[in-house]
Amino acid sequence: MTIALALTACSPSGGGGSGAKSSKPVTQAEIDKAMNTPTSLTFWSWVPDIQDEIDLFEKKYPKIKVNLVNQGDANAQYVKLRAAVKAGKGVPDVAQIGYDYLPSFTQTKSLLDLTPYGADKVASEFVPGVWSQVTQNGSIWAVPQDSGPMGTLYRTDIFGKAGVSAPTTWGEFATAAQAVKKKTGAYITNIPGNDMPQTLGFFSQAGARPFGYDGKETVSIDVDNATTQRVVGYWQDLIQKDLVATDPDFTDAWYQGLSRGKYATWLTAAWGPTFLAGSAKNTSGKWRAAVLPQWKAGENVAANWGGSSDAVMAATSHPIQAYELAKFINSDPSSTIKLANEQSLYPTTTATLSNPEFTDAKSDFYGGQQVNKFFAGVSKTVPQNQKYVPFQDYVNSSYNDTLGKAIAEHGDLKSALSAWQKKLVSYAEQQGFSVK
Amino acid sequence: MTAEAPRRMAPSALTARRRRGIHAGQTRTAWLLTLPFLLVFAAFFTVPLVYSAYLSLFTSQLVGGEVFSGLDNYTRALHDPNFWDGLRRVALFLCVQMPIMLAASVFIALALDSRRVRGSKVVRMLIFVPYAVPSVVATLMWGYLYGKDFGLVTQLFHAVGLDAPNLLAPGKILGSTMNIVCWEFIGYNMIVLYAALRSVPDDLYEAAEIDGAGQWRIAWSIKLPALRPALLLTIIFSIIGSFQLFNEPNLLFNIAPNAIGSDFTPNLYAYNLAFRNQENNYAAAIAFLLGFVIMIVSFVVQGIINRKERRA
Repeated sequence: MTIALALTACSPSGGGGSGAKSSKPVTQAEIDKAMNTPTSLTFWSWVPDIQDEIDLFEKKYPKIKVNLVNQGDANAQYVKLRAAVKAGKGVPDVAQIGYDYLPSFTQTKSLLDLTPYGADKVASEFVPGVWSQVTQNGSIWAVPQDSGPMGTLYRTDIFGKAGVSAPTTWGEFATAAQAVKKKTGAYITNIPGNDMPQTLGFFSQAGARPFGYDGKETVSIDVDNATTQRVVGYWQDLIQKDLVATDPDFTDAWYQGLSRGKYATWLTAAWGPTFLAGSAKNTSGKWRAAVLPQWKAGENVAANWGGSSDAVMAATSHPIQAYELAKFINSDPSSTIKLANEQSLYPTTTATLSNPEFTDAKSDFYGGQQVNKFFAGVSKTVPQNQKYVPFQDYVNSSYNDTLGKAIAEHGDLKSALSAWQKKLVSYAEQQGFSVK
Repeated sequence: MTAEAPRRMAPSALTARRRRGIHAGQTRTAWLLTLPFLLVFAAFFTVPLVYSAYLSLFTSQLVGGEVFSGLDNYTRALHDPNFWDGLRRVALFLCVQMPIMLAASVFIALALDSRRVRGSKVVRMLIFVPYAVPSVVATLMWGYLYGKDFGLVTQLFHAVGLDAPNLLAPGKILGSTMNIVCWEFIGYNMIVLYAALRSVPDDLYEAAEIDGAGQWRIAWSIKLPALRPALLLTIIFSIIGSFQLFNEPNLLFNIAPNAIGSDFTPNLYAYNLAFRNQENNYAAAIAFLLGFVIMIVSFVVQGIINRKERRA
């Protein structure tokens, strides 16, 4: 552990300070001066090839040099980021952080409030639901980078063979599951036991608000209630009848399952389509996108799964330049369209969501469907009820050990939900939070 | 060196002083030569150890910060079912995996040493190769072979018309891990034991042959006793390795996340406590307790084997 701390402390963080942190708004003159001062910034991100967007930034501000560090994946980065913050050394100026992990870092006062740097002025450029993910108690903690409105990706060939069309309600989905299994041998979908964010998406769609946080010392934990019980009860039924698969996702077996027709649908987010097209190339042309099945016929409620932002670390000695970098990458039109089309990050700005360069794209993989345009519509139907607690790591690992385990082992989901609730409450209390 | 030594060795005070001078110089050189080791040892062993001991005496909370809590973390660990479950799991691992691995290593070492195996150099290499493969690579590779639907093991079972077992299921994952560790370490242990066998003087064999002993008798009465010190070494290494099991389950977690819990082994538990649950202090206490358990088990095993040796 100590060695890990020592190692992370080795990466350099910017040179001498220019521009102190302020609580009053910085002026345009200060910004201009800062952007013309030779500065070196460190940026941690796990987005592949985000160097392309950095290049655009460096072209616009030739005095600023950005050192990109890719720590692997989100989880690896959080661990290292926390260690660096704790060591007080090697903290980057800008770091990519998922919306769900923002409270973990505001709790430890590791992020810079971006309001004085002008972040409130760009708020109107972003989808309101997404913007609400980066604000808390009137402070702005990051600039949104991508989001994940959820929908259904389904195999037309398997559904055709089973004689069903894309289900519009969860009731229809369960009926279709029987037909699919009986006539094709495939599972209608896969419910992984290791993907809490997907489950939280299902909870949110049904109207549950499992988590709350006041930004200080009070959290609310309500993962075990009538709504969530109804959702897990639904899946329990399908799992027990062996109508859905329960393979862990993003594993070799799961990739194989997707490309070999083991699952007829993938209930996923807007970043899913491009991801799927890359991982199951041989099934090109067989997939289409549709809205998530609804709990009540005629409704149109989606959910969100994933998405991340770029935050400025409180330890930075170049707050103005750091904020400008986070802002540029995620709001400059040339950068956001690149993020959307080349890195397949689902856009968060209304401009990119209506940009024909993005929406009009027709994908052969989806039989020529305009999948981007489809999900742009879905992003308007995401309920704004998803909040997180400042210990998302524990929420995740305890999910795997309780509800996730019950899913994987075809056990009792409802009592696992209660066990999860109990674990979360006792952990929160142990960490000194008051639990509502 | 005792105070009497100079008096006995040197008749005059002068010589005594000169001799002491030589000794002091030698001592200085000795210290100088061991200095690099001592520095590294202090930096990467003593300091972290002391630091974690210090950490383990505190409790830090996300709200409220760090407070001194004495031995609270240790009391909590002693009552923590997750810690004991992990410990039981690695103990079971040790009791099943180590005998299998060492028996295989001994058998192969004896077979190679009997000079009846053709191409023994190639065989030795092939058996040793898995040890040269990093455990990360080994685990990923076995993970693919174990794959539930499309892995090689499953395909072989299907090819002969049998139902394939899910080797990544919760009840089987420990066995699957044992297999990986055996695969990795049989070669290594075999080399240690084989080297011990090579050091047996040839005249012992000649004498045995003159006395009319066959290969089995030689193996039993000469080779196995000669192996004892090396075997003790490999046993102690295996005990430490088993209790510290980390790489394999940590990597298998990505393939079978629900079969391997965050507390699968004590080491994995400490890691997850520190880096996922942000309980560094408690993790330090768990790590210390684990070290203590390993020490006790190693001493007990060593004691048992040594007593047997004395009796023999």
